[in-house]
Amino acid sequence: MSLDTPKLTESEPIRSDLSQSHTKRWALWFSGIALVVWLFYTFVLPLLGEQAGTFIRHWMPLGSINEALVWVICAIGLNIVVGYAGLLDLGFVAFWAIGGYIAAWLMSTFFDQISHGIYFLSAAPPNQHGIHINWWLVLIISGCVCAFAGIVIGAPTLRLKSDYLALVTLGFGEIIPQFFVNGENIFGFNLTNGVKGISPLDNVSPLPFGPPAVSLGGATIPISQPLGPFDVGAKYVLFVLVAAFCIFVSLRLREGRLGRAWLAIREDELAASMMGVPLMQSKLAAYAVGAFMGGLGGVVYAVHNNSVFPDRFSFAISIVLLAMVVLGGMGNVWGVIVGALGLAWFNSTGLPQLGDSFNEQFGTDINFPSYNYLVFGSILVLMMLFRREGIFPEARTRQVLREAERSDAEELDGGEV
Amino acid sequence: MTTASSAGETSNGRVGEPMLTVDDLVVYYGKVAAVKGLSLRVHPGEIVTLIGSNGAGKSTTLRSISGLLKARSGSIDFDGQRISGREGHEIVAMGICQSPEGRRIFPRMTVSENLDLGAYLRKDKEAIESDRARVLDLFPRLADRITQKAGTMSGGEQQMLAVARALMGSPRLLLLDEPSMGLAPVLVDLIFNTIETIRDQGTTVLLVEQNALAALRIADYAYVLESGMLKMEGPAAAMAENDDIVRAYLGV
Repeated sequence: MSLDTPKLTESEPIRSDLSQSHTKRWALWFSGIALVVWLFYTFVLPLLGEQAGTFIRHWMPLGSINEALVWVICAIGLNIVVGYAGLLDLGFVAFWAIGGYIAAWLMSTFFDQISHGIYFLSAAPPNQHGIHINWWLVLIISGCVCAFAGIVIGAPTLRLKSDYLALVTLGFGEIIPQFFVNGENIFGFNLTNGVKGISPLDNVSPLPFGPPAVSLGGATIPISQPLGPFDVGAKYVLFVLVAAFCIFVSLRLREGRLGRAWLAIREDELAASMMGVPLMQSKLAAYAVGAFMGGLGGVVYAVHNNSVFPDRFSFAISIVLLAMVVLGGMGNVWGVIVGALGLAWFNSTGLPQLGDSFNEQFGTDINFPSYNYLVFGSILVLMMLFRREGIFPEARTRQVLREAERSDAEELDGGEV
Repeated sequence: MTTASSAGETSNGRVGEPMLTVDDLVVYYGKVAAVKGLSLRVHPGEIVTLIGSNGAGKSTTLRSISGLLKARSGSIDFDGQRISGREGHEIVAMGICQSPEGRRIFPRMTVSENLDLGAYLRKDKEAIESDRARVLDLFPRLADRITQKAGTMSGGEQQMLAVARALMGSPRLLLLDEPSMGLAPVLVDLIFNTIETIRDQGTTVLLVEQNALAALRIADYAYVLESGMLKMEGPAAAMAENDDIVRAYLGV
């Protein structure tokens, strides 16, 4: 265009720099906190006295943190779909389940038709049945399969308006676990072992090579030796790495072109398409990236439990994940992490422990953990009443929810300009 | 391609090949026909206005051009290429940008972010920056509010932003849907003066308006729509001067 273009000083290049330094700072915080937690459990906890040690093992066992990390990984994935792109997904558990079963298929003796076993950099003992693949590779495979599943389910359904999309995803989240329940006899082939599930999985090792373990300040840190059920500290490190990867990806995507497209779609789909944002591609990308992380979460979950059972993948998981995203603050990765850690801990450890203390104190016999959904539901209702934007809302959401829009009447009265 | 019809229009003072050619456009909402066989031409460098009462099919026509609605039949060509049936983002990439009815700016984003999104499909950073300077020059008010959340601005400012955002796509044809809607008269004048400036700077404009007299004042050529059909067309100035036409069709 051949136009006179007077240079203005208003255009501010600080914009993107600011958010990126923000991202880096938070990445440091996350690694720092994760490291401190690890150091504490590895080196400090054994030194503490009997009483303090028992207290921490009861109220905050490392195993519960590991399980919470699974939730964190999946919640970050769901946040991309729900928080970033504004697509309501009520069946996210499907990706979690697919990821879990892929882990079980590729890291166990389940397929005994393969009598000499297929091995690839696996820490599993040699000469077993089945497929034994290094778990890092299984993570990637599972992520990719789930991303593909996300695209397959998304392509026909993402054209639907939000309510209908929610219903279709709900169905998808019900069908997939049901498939794993019924998959023990597919034309005579046992694919999923039905309700019995697949157990045990191979013990994973942090790295496929290197020394079996190194000893550091009185603690043994496994390197290439398989991790047993008591190596929660080492598993914690692995899970933190996967979570950190998801956080990194989700923050980088948000700053980028795709992130802007998602935000635009979430704000106003029609306007976004008028700006040239390709709606289908962008939505599918959100679905695929979210599903990828769901797949990672599934593998981590399977490794954490050393097994997969179809009844673990219930509809309630999708809802709890959604509650984590809403509670933490839709769209804000850090809020979602806090929401996920908090709710997961409360569910697995906090509520049972509180219940035990209560029962002990008052001599009652109430089964507190069975009331977990009552508590979750109450939290959601209270949040919607008093703090709709979540505990740690995204800056954008907070601003608009707090600042009243100028009315047209005001506009006409003022008649400024 | 469309020589036969465009040759006939030279009598109306329009010369050369049209930039946008709409032929026998038919658009349905479900079972209801909103546009029933509309043909129109937009020549480079013009402001063409589409006027008519509520429900005449003006916005529907615009949305069909920008690919948001699919035509039941008929054709839309831009620069000799068929654009009917293409996806919205492809049409934006070809150089048609729209400022939608009701503004539809992104309320939770800053003015600056809104402008960035207008340039979503463009990669050339320098050209984007110079267009940014250009639109902020057209609407100095936006420069003052560049870091403000768009949703917190007044209606007039939001309308400016909607036009500015569409211009950030560097369109050769700018589609404006009811830019005067709900604005105080001073603001309407301001917006319409700016639309003239945009035309003078080389961007062709297709303007849909209910405020027919204001639109005729700045337009070069006008089409009057009624119930999805073309009622009349002609140079805007002549149409504005003809009292019969104004009384009969423009509701004044």
